[in-house]
Amino acid sequence: MSELAQPEAHRRYSAKRQSTLTADKGWMQRFGLVWSDLQEGAKLYRLVWTLACSDIKLRYRGSLIGPFWLTLSTAIQIGAMAFLYADLFHTDIHTYIPFLAVSLVLWGYLSSLTSDGCICFSAYDTLIKGTRMPFIVHVVRSVIRNTIILLHNVVVIVAVFVLMGKSLTFYSLAAIPGFLLWLIDGVAISFLLGTICARFRDIPQIVAAIMQVAFFMTPIMWQATTLRGHPGTESVVLYNPFVYILDVVRNPLLNEPLSALFVMKALVISGLLVLVSLVSFARFRGRISFWV
Amino acid sequence: MAYLKASDISIDFPLYHTENRSLKKALLGQVSSRFGVDKKSRPVVQALRDVSFSLKTGDRLGLVGSNGSGKTTLLRTLSGIYQPTAGTLSMEGKLISLLDPQQGMNMELTGYENIRLRSYYLGLSKSESQMFEEDVVGFTELNEFLDIPVRNYSSGMIVRLAFGMATAFSPEILLMDEWILAGDAAFMAKAKKRVEGMVQHADILVLASHSPSILAEWTNRLIWLDGGRIVADGPAMEVFESYLPSQDFQQLLKTRP
Repeated sequence: MSELAQPEAHRRYSAKRQSTLTADKGWMQRFGLVWSDLQEGAKLYRLVWTLACSDIKLRYRGSLIGPFWLTLSTAIQIGAMAFLYADLFHTDIHTYIPFLAVSLVLWGYLSSLTSDGCICFSAYDTLIKGTRMPFIVHVVRSVIRNTIILLHNVVVIVAVFVLMGKSLTFYSLAAIPGFLLWLIDGVAISFLLGTICARFRDIPQIVAAIMQVAFFMTPIMWQATTLRGHPGTESVVLYNPFVYILDVVRNPLLNEPLSALFVMKALVISGLLVLVSLVSFARFRGRISFWV
Repeated sequence: MAYLKASDISIDFPLYHTENRSLKKALLGQVSSRFGVDKKSRPVVQALRDVSFSLKTGDRLGLVGSNGSGKTTLLRTLSGIYQPTAGTLSMEGKLISLLDPQQGMNMELTGYENIRLRSYYLGLSKSESQMFEEDVVGFTELNEFLDIPVRNYSSGMIVRLAFGMATAFSPEILLMDEWILAGDAAFMAKAKKRVEGMVQHADILVLASHSPSILAEWTNRLIWLDGGRIVADGPAMEVFESYLPSQDFQQLLKTRP
């Protein structure tokens, strides 16, 4: 039998020596607990990363081309849709295919962030009930997993851009801060939906339905310019929060202008989302283990 | 100095997914004291009621009680998984809990990969991870099985791996649920030696079990839970005397050296 580690060794790694957990005592305590959840989670970055990678690895274990099935299926979807829809919307195929490729890949990311966010706690009920782990681990795991999937799909965008002779410019770099905003939004929405869906098991289906409708109401397969000449339809874009969120990343990639107003709106939407999710997570953090 | 102190801990389990009216009524109409309503008059199961005890360095506590008496809930509360509905839990020391044999393990990953995951969970440095892996590998003696996914393991092998990972780098407070009994005799002897080593390092053990012989051997203090309340708390053999039917107790005395 191997020797036990020296007591000194485990004194060092014991991150938190002293702790007290009391019954719910109001908002001060709740936000304090959220803070320590985030802090402890940050220390587990290697665990989160490994968990997210193994999610992908296990999903495609034994498969010949592995996660590149994601790339392939996205490519097939875009290839099949592009020609039909370009004709239907009377647009030039050379501008439409890059638009469709970028839109579909980015929307796929947003939509799977949302649907995975719904089950980010309830899917790991055994983990949550079996061991004490900061909740942010499950949230960030879901966001990273989806980001890895996105990276596989970006290959399709690159291929389309090369084939269609569309090039990126210096302005395309503006997509990076937009994407960072998405990561924050992804964490926030997962906290929010994960918490609500742990309690109410009908919400994932409702969210799926909303995302389905949003897919058709948002300029993803059709361009916003198509609405011109259809009076009364502007509100579809004007009051659609997804438009602003999507455009902060999409427009720079497609070399289309991004107005300051759009950026402001995206920031306001994200700010509200973060606020609502922070408050609701703080309120129900202690209940999640009972719910899952 | 490690300590673990529970003061008047109560846990109410919400009964959410039983929205059925008649079931609700049946539950509430029961004379059983376990079902109640919370402040907002939602039905709850009172899983723990005013549980208080305090453990200090060198204490090895056993939990006994019939099924549903609150042993696992208490262990989960002590691990910090459930936030108490009332009361306070305070502790000092690195705590590790072995509640579910598959806890923290990914069944699809290999033994080695799970060991690595665990070392990330513990936040170990590179050299510590290496020590950790060597320690677990040496303890489990699973050898080449560590290269295959854990789902191909027998339940005893899973227990070996889980126990090895939980007790490598001995935690200051170790909580264990009854599934530890799944090991074979050789493993049990080894596990006991390892826990003894741990307790010699001045640490705390809390073990829930249905096996009097294991509890008598491993623990020096017993808490008898019934209906979520502490019925008796004291030295192991004293509590067993009232908890066990007399012939079982006599038998237990005979097996004791």
